[in-house]
Amino acid sequence: MRTIKTLGLAGMAALLANPALAQDAPGLDEKINQAFADFTGPFVSFIFAPFPGTGFPWIVGWLVVAATVFTLYFAFVQLRFFSHAISLVKGDYSDPNDAGEVSHFQALATALSGTVGLGNIAGVAVAVGIGGPGATFWMIVAGLLGMASKFTECTLGVKYRNEYEDGTVSGGPMYYMSKGFNELGLPGGKILAVLFSIFCILGALGGGNMFQANQAHQQIAGIVGDYPGWITGLVFAGIVFAVIVGGLKSIARVTEKVVPFMGVMYVAAALVIIIMHADQIGWAFGQIFAGAFTGLGVAGGMVGALIQGFRRAAFSNEAGVGSAAIAHSAVRTKEPITEGFVSLLEPFIDTVVICTMTALVIIITQQLIVDPETGNYMLNEAGNAIATVDGNSGVSLTSAAFGSAFSWFPYLLAIAVVLFAFSTMISWSYYGLKAWTYLFGEGHTKELVFKVIFCIFVVIGAAANLGPVIDFSDAAIFAMAVVNVFALYFLMKKVREELESYSARLKSGEIRKFEH
Amino acid sequence: MTVKIVIGLDGTETGDRAIAFAKDQATRLDACELLCAYVIEWSPFTFQTPEENATRHKRREEEIATATDRVVDPAVNALKEAGFNASGIVRHGDVAETLNKIAVDSGAVQIVVARASGHGFTNRVFGSSTQNLVMHADVPVTVVK
Repeated sequence: MRTIKTLGLAGMAALLANPALAQDAPGLDEKINQAFADFTGPFVSFIFAPFPGTGFPWIVGWLVVAATVFTLYFAFVQLRFFSHAISLVKGDYSDPNDAGEVSHFQALATALSGTVGLGNIAGVAVAVGIGGPGATFWMIVAGLLGMASKFTECTLGVKYRNEYEDGTVSGGPMYYMSKGFNELGLPGGKILAVLFSIFCILGALGGGNMFQANQAHQQIAGIVGDYPGWITGLVFAGIVFAVIVGGLKSIARVTEKVVPFMGVMYVAAALVIIIMHADQIGWAFGQIFAGAFTGLGVAGGMVGALIQGFRRAAFSNEAGVGSAAIAHSAVRTKEPITEGFVSLLEPFIDTVVICTMTALVIIITQQLIVDPETGNYMLNEAGNAIATVDGNSGVSLTSAAFGSAFSWFPYLLAIAVVLFAFSTMISWSYYGLKAWTYLFGEGHTKELVFKVIFCIFVVIGAAANLGPVIDFSDAAIFAMAVVNVFALYFLMKKVREELESYSARLKSGEIRKFEH
Repeated sequence: MTVKIVIGLDGTETGDRAIAFAKDQATRLDACELLCAYVIEWSPFTFQTPEENATRHKRREEEIATATDRVVDPAVNALKEAGFNASGIVRHGDVAETLNKIAVDSGAVQIVVARASGHGFTNRVFGSSTQNLVMHADVPVTVVK
């Protein structure tokens, strides 16, 4: 272990000592990428492997089936307790004597800042660009089902968290796996927890760090012109270092305030654009419903739309991945299930509201080209996606859609992407740290080691085109879901006990609103 | 019957002016309890990092201990030494709302606060805590200059 660490750090030090190496030596880059791809390829291929004869990744099916099982097992908890969740977030059920503790709103906002980001902006454009407007329908369905997964994992996150004597808390899947399985007398909980922690660290360094740094650099370079990525990486790493190592809370506070503001601005701009095209709202929803069941000419037809919708929703809201359970476990509540209720709002806001807004703007501004004769969407030359105005795809498609109404919006969007990336990095640095301390124990030095490694990976992520590493990192995040969902199937009966107890006390009036 | 007066402290000399006025009021009454209240400004709707959330309970306890040791206890002890019936309380929340709630919950007949000299932009737009207290309090409020 020590040898691996030493070699890894030596490699990173070499990159840092000569950052141009990462940027300007394609030969070496290619060799590293190829070696890494060869090593991790089987794992990545396994995680993202499609069901035979389809393009549907089994991991997406795994998440959607789990979400459906939890929805049925808890008798549509996301619908029955939706308004109760909003009351909890408003603080109606919060004891005034607990003022000053982490509120339900704060736990929800913190978790959202880790999920709202590129998935909502670029991911949706990819889904609609390939799967057509019908993908939006399936994305909403997957978002609604995912609410039950979040509910399950976040309830368990609070129920089985560790509360230390100094008043700090640590929670997440690794704790409910080990403690929950132990409570049920089941073997293997500790093994699952260790596996989850390993994947969580890899996911945090990759998808929650390098990918974000890389995309932030792409956005900045898109505005100011191309320049070496290591410069962005160093600046980002410096800021991240100041926040997570130096404890410079002012930067984090500014970001945590600006990011929700950006999110609101984004939704507001989308609403304005939709209202500007009010006469086409009916047509747009018609396209969404028609596309959901016919495909409207997209590659793969109805199944193609379904795959894209489900896939982007699962990738965006992380329901079932287990990351949110870490974020939500810090809330102060005597009833773990209340945090489960609050967390079910997360996929709703992330996917059902924000992702749908993005999709509607792309559809309504008619970025996707329709064949006037057939009414179906025209495919691009490669035949694998819908032809778009100016040939845009991904984040540039979203940017063009918003830019068609507000010429200045692409600049704001670029700033939003950078800030979303930063806040996602801060969130994932914490998720990774919790997994790290679960494996290696709590302690200043041990935590510092992870934080420094995290900052080094920011530079690497921004500097190099590490496609295979990012593939591996994404695969690691979804590997978290494999382990997490597996554990949730065993532990969901503990959640149902909590749900039945809480429902009964809510009905009897034992649990009631506080006067504020 | 003992009447209760809530004194809003803010850790500065403005609190001393409020205490001086409340003492004067108390000496005119047969039985009066002075409740020294310090409110740590806090909102459940702010945004925090995951790490801040994880350590929030610990920080809250530290904030309460600091406010008690540095502001409330010295004020209460000084009042007791001067022969007054006094107690203290520290709470988190919106200053105006929380002072009012403390007064209502404890059955106080009056809240005494001193005017702070805040002229910031926020105060001009949203009003100061004193202004908000005067506007919305359920018990009489005395603002000492």
